[in-house]
Amino acid sequence: MSTSTVAPIAGLGEVPNHAYGVRFDDLGRAFPVAGGESRQVLRDVELEVEPGEILAILGPSGCGKSTLLRIAGGLDAPTSGSVTIDGAPVDRYDARCAVGFQEPRLLPWRSVAANIALGLPRGTAKADGRAVVERLIELVGLAEFADHRPREISGGMAQRTSLARALARNPGVLLLDEPFGALDALTRLKMQDLLLDVHAAAPTTVLLVTHDVDEALQLADRIILLGNDGGAPGADIRQTVVVPGHRPRDRGSAELAELRGRLLDGLGIDRHGSARGVEVTKTIPHYPY
Amino acid sequence: MTQQTTDAPSRPAPAAARPAAPRLGRRLVDRKWFVIVGGAIIPVIVLLTWHLVSENGIVPTSQLPSPTMVWLALIDLIERGLFWQYVAISTQRVLIGFAIGATLGLLFGAIVGLSKLGDILLTPTLGALRAVPSLAWLPLLILWLKLGEESKITLIIIGSFFPVYTVVASALRHVDRQLIEAARAFGLHGTRLFGTVQLPAVIPETIAGLRLALAQAWLFLVAAELLGASMGLGFLLTDSTNTGRLDRTFLAIILLAVIGKLSDSLIGVFERWAVRRWT
Repeated sequence: MSTSTVAPIAGLGEVPNHAYGVRFDDLGRAFPVAGGESRQVLRDVELEVEPGEILAILGPSGCGKSTLLRIAGGLDAPTSGSVTIDGAPVDRYDARCAVGFQEPRLLPWRSVAANIALGLPRGTAKADGRAVVERLIELVGLAEFADHRPREISGGMAQRTSLARALARNPGVLLLDEPFGALDALTRLKMQDLLLDVHAAAPTTVLLVTHDVDEALQLADRIILLGNDGGAPGADIRQTVVVPGHRPRDRGSAELAELRGRLLDGLGIDRHGSARGVEVTKTIPHYPY
Repeated sequence: MTQQTTDAPSRPAPAAARPAAPRLGRRLVDRKWFVIVGGAIIPVIVLLTWHLVSENGIVPTSQLPSPTMVWLALIDLIERGLFWQYVAISTQRVLIGFAIGATLGLLFGAIVGLSKLGDILLTPTLGALRAVPSLAWLPLLILWLKLGEESKITLIIIGSFFPVYTVVASALRHVDRQLIEAARAFGLHGTRLFGTVQLPAVIPETIAGLRLALAQAWLFLVAAELLGASMGLGFLLTDSTNTGRLDRTFLAIILLAVIGKLSDSLIGVFERWAVRRWT
């Protein structure tokens, strides 16, 4: 997946390239549980995402990362506060967003190409749609598998199809819920580069939920760390980290390694070296770990 | 359709060239001729035993007619022109009743499976009606619709309605929620959502339901023809028993078995195609 694959997406459809800002305003979400009680998952989330920004949402599992993303896409609604895209409130299943789910969620009876076409905005002319799908298939490297069914391709290919489907929507906000979580390490790195290529060519706003600190550091302009401070129930933003440097970033950079340690700290993972009194050397790159 | 799953995503060409899992010689049970011959073994043994038992007088022919007698009864019916008439009228009743019953089953199954309100309103009533044995309807149907075709076809409609209704309603309720959510997130709703996701997702189950319904239609046909019919395989069954023509009774039973199996096999072929196409 070299940067040469960027070119095809540049002329993606007739729709002008757009990116919207997203604003979470004092947002909270509580889920009802048995016995008429409710469980607070998110509280007081105050966040402004700039148009074109890549924001990574980190946090321990079950802290409400996905819920926050689903609320941004109108797949779920907040119990308090509000969320707006480009200044307007989010609709149910908001058409300005496209979602890349944790699982590929492809229609098993449709070919790869037809699954990607599902993402096209409604009212796309047939010829335009075909051209967009063709370019996206090329971009995600599945040209030879266009006519295959989802069960005939590997998990990584299915996840790429799912990403292409989301891109076909030419979204103002791209919501990715641990899209590479289920992939093997190598495929994951390739997918991350692919996402950066796509973003470089068509810089949309991206909200990326992940549990992988390295992935967040590699992809994001900014990282927020969700978590609970042990006081009131529900998670809020514990830390905001602006990632230095321009993408693509050197996966072995010492600066990122330092940030990585701080983020892991925030997730409650101690840095084994310093915890055991091992002196940290700056001369030897820490990657691969 | 070529089956290939590869775990080398970015280099499809060499992966595609990789042969399918090595065949350790085709096993006997995979061979087509063996499947056909194997399925015929038990019927042939039964036929031979039947022949021996009746020909040797172990069981008197008044209780067990020989295969030859049943064969002659078949020839006799064909020569009188009754055979095709009976088969045709029975098949016609089954097909009309099945078509109407299956359509209604699809319709009500879709209402109950897709709409919470439909579920609340209809499920208890339809569940109770399903619990009524088929024969219980017969006196009422004859009273209301007389002895004509309507009463028989109505009974078959009832018989083929419930398998389709039950299967479709339950399948629609269990369509993968994640798929539906994904489709909604991509802007599908209402009839487009139904046509794009829900309907294709339940096609294999629906065809399995149709298969059950067709089998049920043949069962209900016999019930319908047992009372007040002047033609058909069910009539052949009762009439021959009443007149002591046991050879014809056997013939009727064998015909029902063979025709039922044939129509089931036809839908079975369709079902296999649908499972390949839609899953």
